[in-house]
Amino acid sequence: MSDANRYIPISDDDRAAMLRSIGIGSIDDLFNSIPAGLRLRGDLDIPGPLSELELIAAFADRAADNAAFDPRSQFLGGGAYRHFAPAVVDHLISRTEFYSSYTPYQPEISQGTLQAIFEYQTLICQLTELDISNASMYEGASALAEAVLMVERMKRRRRVVLSDRLHPEYLGVVKTYLAQLDVEVDTFGHGEDGAADPEAAARALARPASALVVQHPNFFGCLEEVESLAAAAHDAGADLIVTVTEAVALGLLQGPGRQGADVVAGEAQSLGVPLTYGGPYLGFMAARQSFLRNMPGRLVGESADVDGRRGYVLTLSTREQHIRREKATSNICTNEGLCALTAAIFMATVGRSGLREMARQCRAKAAYARERIAAAPGCSLPYAATFFNEFVVRLPVPAGEAVRRLGESGIVPGIPLSRYFPECANDLLVCVTEMNPRAAIDRLADGLGKLG
Amino acid sequence: MSKEDGVYPEDLHYTKEHEWLKVSGSIATVGITQYAQGELGDIVYVELPQMGAAIVAGEPFGTVESVKAVSEIYAPVSGEVSEINGALEAAPDAVNRDPYGEGWLIRITLAGPLEKEGLMSAADYRKYLEDEAN
Amino acid sequence: METRNLRPPEPLLFEVSRPGRRGFDLPALDVPEPERHDLDRRYTRDDIDGFPELSEVEVARHYTRLSRLNYAIDLGLYPLGSCTMKYNPKVNEKLARLPAFADAHPQMPQDLVQGCLRVMHALEKALCAICGMDRFTLQPAAGAQGEQVGIMMVRAYHQARGNPRQVVLIPDSAHGTNPASAHLAGYRIEQIASNDRGCIDLGALRRRVGDDVAVLMLTNPNTLGVFESEIEETARVLHGAGALLYMDGANLNAFLGRARPGDMGVDVHHLNLHKTFSTPHGGGGPGAGPVGVKQNLEPYLPVPTVESGEGGRCTLAYDRPASIGKVRSFFGNFGMHLRALAYILTHGPRGLRNVAEGAVLNANYIRHHLAGLYHLPYDAPSLHEVVLSDRRLEGTGVRTLDVAKRLMDYGFHPPTIYFPLIVRGALMIEPTESESREELDAFIAAMRAIEAEARRDPDLVRNAPHTTPVRRLDETAAARIPVLRWTASDQKKS
Repeated sequence: MSDANRYIPISDDDRAAMLRSIGIGSIDDLFNSIPAGLRLRGDLDIPGPLSELELIAAFADRAADNAAFDPRSQFLGGGAYRHFAPAVVDHLISRTEFYSSYTPYQPEISQGTLQAIFEYQTLICQLTELDISNASMYEGASALAEAVLMVERMKRRRRVVLSDRLHPEYLGVVKTYLAQLDVEVDTFGHGEDGAADPEAAARALARPASALVVQHPNFFGCLEEVESLAAAAHDAGADLIVTVTEAVALGLLQGPGRQGADVVAGEAQSLGVPLTYGGPYLGFMAARQSFLRNMPGRLVGESADVDGRRGYVLTLSTREQHIRREKATSNICTNEGLCALTAAIFMATVGRSGLREMARQCRAKAAYARERIAAAPGCSLPYAATFFNEFVVRLPVPAGEAVRRLGESGIVPGIPLSRYFPECANDLLVCVTEMNPRAAIDRLADGLGKLG
Repeated sequence: MSKEDGVYPEDLHYTKEHEWLKVSGSIATVGITQYAQGELGDIVYVELPQMGAAIVAGEPFGTVESVKAVSEIYAPVSGEVSEINGALEAAPDAVNRDPYGEGWLIRITLAGPLEKEGLMSAADYRKYLEDEAN
Repeated sequence: METRNLRPPEPLLFEVSRPGRRGFDLPALDVPEPERHDLDRRYTRDDIDGFPELSEVEVARHYTRLSRLNYAIDLGLYPLGSCTMKYNPKVNEKLARLPAFADAHPQMPQDLVQGCLRVMHALEKALCAICGMDRFTLQPAAGAQGEQVGIMMVRAYHQARGNPRQVVLIPDSAHGTNPASAHLAGYRIEQIASNDRGCIDLGALRRRVGDDVAVLMLTNPNTLGVFESEIEETARVLHGAGALLYMDGANLNAFLGRARPGDMGVDVHHLNLHKTFSTPHGGGGPGAGPVGVKQNLEPYLPVPTVESGEGGRCTLAYDRPASIGKVRSFFGNFGMHLRALAYILTHGPRGLRNVAEGAVLNANYIRHHLAGLYHLPYDAPSLHEVVLSDRRLEGTGVRTLDVAKRLMDYGFHPPTIYFPLIVRGALMIEPTESESREELDAFIAAMRAIEAEARRDPDLVRNAPHTTPVRRLDETAAARIPVLRWTASDQKKS
């Protein structure tokens, strides 16, 4: 078997007939515009072809290269979260009309996608308690970077101030995006309790800045004083941008919009998007109404057709790259449409009471875990700030070693902070969700208690 | 709507970027021509400068946005913004309906005597449009 | 796809929502005394105002009915130029859902996820071979992000040599993401002219290059579907002035297995996995835009890269001092990497050649049968796409937009319209290799019928579409008074 003709509905007979029909002698003649010196003589040096059976076997081998593990005994967060997603979510996004369709530039035959995204935009606004949301961005870190660019474009103060409690990769991406634009990136510090320090923010804002950026809950799991930070930002004439990596937290926490945030941009993977080793994920951005004409990304708006029927269209496209080109609000074209749909279906299914229940369980289990671990021999808690479902534990041994040793009993206890902060050798970032049963939490605490 | 149908009042000056200018003493009123509004299509938003902003001849001072395009508006003269057409916020379509009347964009207090360089008469502008089409 | 019927349009989730309905349950909370752990009220919300309350039945119906309002590649042709809307293999969806991959947490210790790392490494290796490049980064989430990353690396390259330079040259036929991405990377854009074949004007380029030009961004084949036959000389001119050549690889489907960007003098290029490599479009993503580089740009690749060592053991390398840094969280859209690798393995070297041959044959078949009827602005040979225009319809009052809308009544998604900008009223048609002759004949017949309708009954075309779930929508009103979300006060209206 060869050549994957199952995806190419052109038989040898078809080919011959079509060449005759257009008066061309051979297929090679159609490629004459490629200069002779550039035409490949041999075959590409790649494996294959594989029949479908062989393909499945090859990927089964690759899958087996991943160690088997019990997800119930995994306590990983740090920017991606293991939550329950009801079966109906994957079932619906597996409908070919959703996943194999194109960007909805022709609204008359794309109302399914357009209405679903309009609903998604609404849900994000409700969750963040802000006025407008776009149709998605790539993922949390670049969404935050685009939010910073947007605020800087509007205020033009050539300086932004970020909390040192941000996810280090988010901080890194903001710096990468700003590196070639003449904008200063400064950080401000945190208190002993592990949360960003509003007074340090106010001091950092003594020199003009366009934006103050914090993460809530922050990378170390601590909740931030969003209202105080908003006041510090606004007193200095800056906008407050809040980034969120654990969207389920918004089921329990006040929407940052209500607490004074001007923009909320982050990661919505927690809302039903599979972990998939880091992507595709779902960047989201919501903001106050005044940001409307500066928002990057696509926007779906309500309209009516010539018969008066309600319908939905992509709107305010003139901000976007295909019209505005270098003056566009962003270069984004393809975003994460199917992931936004996934999150919308998740939110619709889990619903008003379900998301609150999920968040409540995460918090209760994490609090239980933290208490049990704090009582375990040799373990301490370096940060006293309020948390949602992530917290840092200080161990009697390097955290990397702890991960190895507990791995032998099938437990992945958390993320060694030394991965990002070499000076925090014994610190472990632990995440608990509704997917971790009490028995697994007990085993985790017992395991950590035996390290010393 | 073709250029031949175009209305180009005789008492106005015109620019290559399709703006019109009406001068009354030291105050100049600026808008876009009927040709420009036709090319843009239905106008959905107009971005204008602040009151008192400095205007420099030849530099863009705002944008006119339709569903499918955004166009910079270039200053025909230099001066300071003395008035902006606030009615356009709620009714940007005035620029389509009445480009020389209700669709005016800003008024400028001229910085000095009017510099005719770069300004065309209605007849010259009509000819310019015909030449552009060919 | 659904047509107009007597059933009222699908309401919004919020309009279907009823208090007390639930679509979801969790096991009972199993930790003791949970009320002790309640968060301080000053952080919490009492409710999520407006969030819907629906049973699973209503969710399933709502979205199933919505899906039926969409056209999709499994329903028929999408002749969208430069989008390469080809068939999405179903086995690839199955492979991406294998729990070992779908459930892999990106913070897992690398030793425990060697399967994922080996998939990424294998994809990089295959793309290097296919494109003739030395390394690929798999991080960018889309073509546009790939362009941005590519230009950032160009800037780092020049900066390391003491002069970042100021200008990026871009042809007037380029996709809008090109200037937008270059601008984000801190460069000024200058347009460079095309010649009468729609290809880069070498004379203009020779006159323009200098110390201030960092890179030329070229699409090959260009957005007219024509191969840039002077690309090698273009590269020489640029390199002679110390500048680099970036290739927009969106149109790679045209010469897969027949030619390689790396042999053309290209220093850096992106490609689109959701175009050439069949990953599903998803109604607007997710995609992936890997970027290939030659050795000269290798030090600047974003972190981490995937390295293969002894015994095939793979690691993520972060310690790269000259890297442009991180451009996103984690490693890239792994789910799309996996699908693209499966596609490549399925085809093998000959299969990929067949892909390009099918794509170019189908495009030329359409060109041959329509170019007599519709205006062909450039008669240079087409590869995988052909650009027509509405010029011959002048006088009927029917324009490209109307032709596009009327095609929907014939059961087709329209081609790309009004792009490239250098052709007035452009219709850019790219069928891909996924189409049978019957499907192409049906499309050709529809285009012929519409041309005849434009002369005989222009209003029929100008008022199209007539049979779709909604007809033409008022885009002006949507932009003048944008309504971008449902609000509770809307409820009283409906």
